[in-house]
Amino acid sequence: MAVEKERRNFLGFALGGFTAIGSIAALGAMKRTWDPLPSVKAAGFTTVDLSTMEEDVLNVEKWRGKPIFILKKGPNDEENERDVIVNGSRFHISIGLCTHLGCIPAYKPADKNFLCACHGGTFNLSGEATKLPPEKALLIPPFKLDGTKLVIGEEGSEYKALKAANLLT
Amino acid sequence: MANFKKATSIGDWFDQRLGTKKIEKIMASEYWIPKNINFLWAMGMVLAITFKLLLISGIFLMMYYKPDVDLAFDSVNYTIMAEVGYGWLWRHIHAVAASVIFLIVYIHMFTAIYYGSYKQGREMIWISGMLLFVTFSAEAFSGYMLPWGQMSYWAGMVITNIFEGFSPEIAGGMLNAPGLVEWLRGDFVPGDAFLTRFYMLHVLLLPLAILGLIGLHFGALRIPHVNNQDGEDIDFEVESKKYLAGDTKGSKVMRFQFDFLSKDIFVLGVFLTFFFYLVFYHFTFALDPVNLDPANGLKTPAHIYPEWYFLWSYEVLRPFAKDPGLVAFMFAQVAFFLIPFLDRSPNVAPANKRGLFAIWFWVMLVDMIVLTIMGKLPPEGIFNVIGGVAVWTFLGLFIALPIITMLEKKK
Repeated sequence: MAVEKERRNFLGFALGGFTAIGSIAALGAMKRTWDPLPSVKAAGFTTVDLSTMEEDVLNVEKWRGKPIFILKKGPNDEENERDVIVNGSRFHISIGLCTHLGCIPAYKPADKNFLCACHGGTFNLSGEATKLPPEKALLIPPFKLDGTKLVIGEEGSEYKALKAANLLT
Repeated sequence: MANFKKATSIGDWFDQRLGTKKIEKIMASEYWIPKNINFLWAMGMVLAITFKLLLISGIFLMMYYKPDVDLAFDSVNYTIMAEVGYGWLWRHIHAVAASVIFLIVYIHMFTAIYYGSYKQGREMIWISGMLLFVTFSAEAFSGYMLPWGQMSYWAGMVITNIFEGFSPEIAGGMLNAPGLVEWLRGDFVPGDAFLTRFYMLHVLLLPLAILGLIGLHFGALRIPHVNNQDGEDIDFEVESKKYLAGDTKGSKVMRFQFDFLSKDIFVLGVFLTFFFYLVFYHFTFALDPVNLDPANGLKTPAHIYPEWYFLWSYEVLRPFAKDPGLVAFMFAQVAFFLIPFLDRSPNVAPANKRGLFAIWFWVMLVDMIVLTIMGKLPPEGIFNVIGGVAVWTFLGLFIALPIITMLEKKK
């Protein structure tokens, strides 16, 4: 009888083991099916001409479905190490989504800040969080400067410098 | 082989093969309900019928709805609302029922809390009910995505972003390697893959889960039986025998069918009158005008707020920084699950006979209403202060619950 019991255990473990392996493989396939498609991941680059921009007017560009804030700072606006300098002008460049839950903060030129309508968070003109709930600054997207042209989606030297200095967010 | 006789009637023919008479007894005529109940005990039936209305109206909406970012908005707002014969009726029923079902769910939940219907063997009724609440919330949210208006898009953005708290690195998650949020969406922002998978969740996976959970919820009632409005411990065995022996007046219980059903159907009649009044004359409350603008990823509506039934948990996010806010939000979602275990008193009785618990109950109810109102108002000035106090009161009440119920005298 002891032999019989061992045989049953063996059959039980063999069945359980194969079922477990099959289930894990199926879960892997399900996970992959939900991944973003290659065409989505390969979404292209956005090129913007900075030379025509006016001071203190917010430009919103679209990159990978997300709004990109580009703000040319005026002489009275604070300087910040997150600024990108092109032709002597200071620019604030960031993904215009609140780092709390992703709403687009509204640009308030009179208050010199960005106000998020969802939960009341604010950011200064350099994108730094100045009122909770967001804790992190507006994220700087990968960019490359090509003369006065800005290519969003490609990592240039200025971007790498900001990344190395931990200033992206 | 079983011994089959020539059937004496069609009913008998089925009974010999399926045991229909026994099923009818177990499910209906000899399913015993206490007599000392009130109209609040009809909410279960009201919910079941409202769910049925959602199912039927949903089936008709599905026949014309297109889960594609380019077609979804028009398929709802033009095809269904203007072209399809009575398409507006299914949409109004679906939208109004989705909103009203939460009102009834909250009444149902607070009834259970008030009468202590979650303890002394009734824990699984409460837990399966809370699982239904969470699944219904997911069902409501996924359905809200489908018209693909501005509120759909931005609610999808905000709610999926909650999962960013679980991503290891915000930059890595958003840019190169897709993180959890991107995985859920199948895109960097809510897009076509997102809309279609939420359509699948809304019309198949979540309704399947809901049907299973309804079965569990009903099954969980069988052994401990329905509570009554005095918290009386009824011996159903003895009382049902008394009823069957002919002493229907002296017995403390009645049949589900048709004794209890006749009461249920009266309340249901009142409810459906109110419901169809809303469907025909006052449906706009369930169709937010902001959602009549097509989804636009470059423009957040001036003021984003969820449907009224999510406002209290949305408000819990507000006073905190991102990660503590996430913790508070998660706590708000699971805290109600724990009520049977946080309530340390063995007494099953209405709250007004339980001393401090009565105060706890009414403070909780009022606090939930305050959170709901504050969630709708813009996050500015005094509203932030009131909201903050209400959130801390909400969290504090759950910490206080074991203490005040331990102090409670045993009945």
